[in-house]
Amino acid sequence: MTTTLKPATAARAGSHQLGPLALALRQGRLELTQFLRSRESVVFTMGFPIIMILIFAAVFDGEIAPGVSFPQYFITGMIAAGLMTVSFQNLGIWIPIERDRGVLKRYRGTPMPKWVYFAGKVIMVVVVGVVETALLLAVSVAAFDLQLPGTATKWLTFGWVSVLGITACTLCGIAISSLARTARSGSAVVTPVALILQFTSGVFFVFTQLPSWMQQVAALFPLKWMCQGLRSVFLPDTFAGQEPGGSYELGRVALVLAAWCVIGLLLCLGTFRWTTRRDG
Amino acid sequence: MDNELAIVARGLRKAYGKNVAVAGVDLEVRRGEVFALLGPNGAGKTTTVEILEGYRRRDAGEVSVLDSDPAAPAADWRNRIGIVLQGVGEFDELSVSELVHHFAGFYADADDPEKVIARVGLAGKARARTHTLSGGQKRRLDVALGIIGRPELLFLDEPTTGFDPEARREFWQLIRDLAAAGTTIVLTTHYLDEAEALADRVGVIAGGRLIEVAAPEQLGNRQQAHATVSWRTPEGLIESTESATPTELVTELAARFGGEVPGLTVTRPTLEDIYLQMIGHR
Repeated sequence: MTTTLKPATAARAGSHQLGPLALALRQGRLELTQFLRSRESVVFTMGFPIIMILIFAAVFDGEIAPGVSFPQYFITGMIAAGLMTVSFQNLGIWIPIERDRGVLKRYRGTPMPKWVYFAGKVIMVVVVGVVETALLLAVSVAAFDLQLPGTATKWLTFGWVSVLGITACTLCGIAISSLARTARSGSAVVTPVALILQFTSGVFFVFTQLPSWMQQVAALFPLKWMCQGLRSVFLPDTFAGQEPGGSYELGRVALVLAAWCVIGLLLCLGTFRWTTRRDG
Repeated sequence: MDNELAIVARGLRKAYGKNVAVAGVDLEVRRGEVFALLGPNGAGKTTTVEILEGYRRRDAGEVSVLDSDPAAPAADWRNRIGIVLQGVGEFDELSVSELVHHFAGFYADADDPEKVIARVGLAGKARARTHTLSGGQKRRLDVALGIIGRPELLFLDEPTTGFDPEARREFWQLIRDLAAAGTTIVLTTHYLDEAEALADRVGVIAGGRLIEVAAPEQLGNRQQAHATVSWRTPEGLIESTESATPTELVTELAARFGGEVPGLTVTRPTLEDIYLQMIGHR
């Protein structure tokens, strides 16, 4: 047995450290594998928006405005809430568990650069978000004739609103993960925040029917702007007049979401903890 | 710093609020040796080791680990050390093989994952999800992840807690093999027999200070300690005497009994006796 051992102090000539891209992709694959193998998170994350849109479509039929069916309006909220679930809730719940189990501490003891951990999470979130949104759209088209965006411009808007939104939510999810003291408290911290935002941002109700103070509070957070941006994609241009600002305000959507990306990033950099409090 | 030394610490201090965990530790670990750190819970053992591992910042003192300050290490420093933490880092949904392969990718000069899995005795469990492993098998996986980068310096934090005696013996052999290949090993343990079996030198920490460093057989002047000779008297009572010259006493007893001395034992204090005495004085 001993003969197979190389001296530990031997020259490290055969160095073949992986490049940054390879490290990030491997980490993303590892995160995805772990996600797909934990059945509860797959069912909850993937299934939740689909179940919600099916319930909404069954409870409310008819039209919100001429030519705008209930599902056509609420698909925007469900896509936005779905993206928030895979990023904000998923990370806000899972990172405290990994921290509590010492997974983060273990990574810190290896030469893995810190950013690779976050890159792995981002890759996982993006892949799951794309798959989940595609499933949601497919089910909605099949079940209640959802009208998909008809122009390239609208698809482009769909793309950038989703990317900015999921980025902001991912960064905020990583940031809020440091609030939880134990593995179990992650969902207690994240779930109320997510639920309140969903109820006040136009996911479950027509946004303009909410009290105006509630609209103003919701406008401080990203979810409202994700919903609004997505409404510009899935609802006719004529509906824009019914938005609080009289238009879809895409410039402001971009600005607020980008601002939340910056806030989230600063919070992550300033507060992220690799170890639990009892570890010091 | 002296290149013959893997670790040098001088005046190491760390406090958590008013609670001083490490109160001025001076420590040297030579390259290639197995160094065991003993001490009761709360003595500052874990804090000291975690400062050396780069997990915690010290309040004061100088530290060099493989010629780097662990608080601001050289770029390839983490490539050269391996850490086996206590009950840490469970990846329930992954298999042993996936995990060891993944961690191999972090190191510039990683060992062959299959070989490492076999060395820690998990070849039969390579495809098993880690949550199906027993406590002892999880520790072996911890060790596999600690040595996959072929470290020059390996930290082991209470590595055999929860092992059955056979598993401990196998584990000790693994540590001896690593040491024989030139790996410097810093081990913390509660088991004195483990320190005695593995360590070239033992350091005892109590009250945040390193109170003694010596080879296990010399700790606390163990060699010079009086031996206890006990035997059974003709009345059936056990009599014992501490003696600096036990051989002389036994010869005298043999003459008195005209041959065999009934129930004769000659013992010196065990490492445990010495250790308990040392930390008891603090």
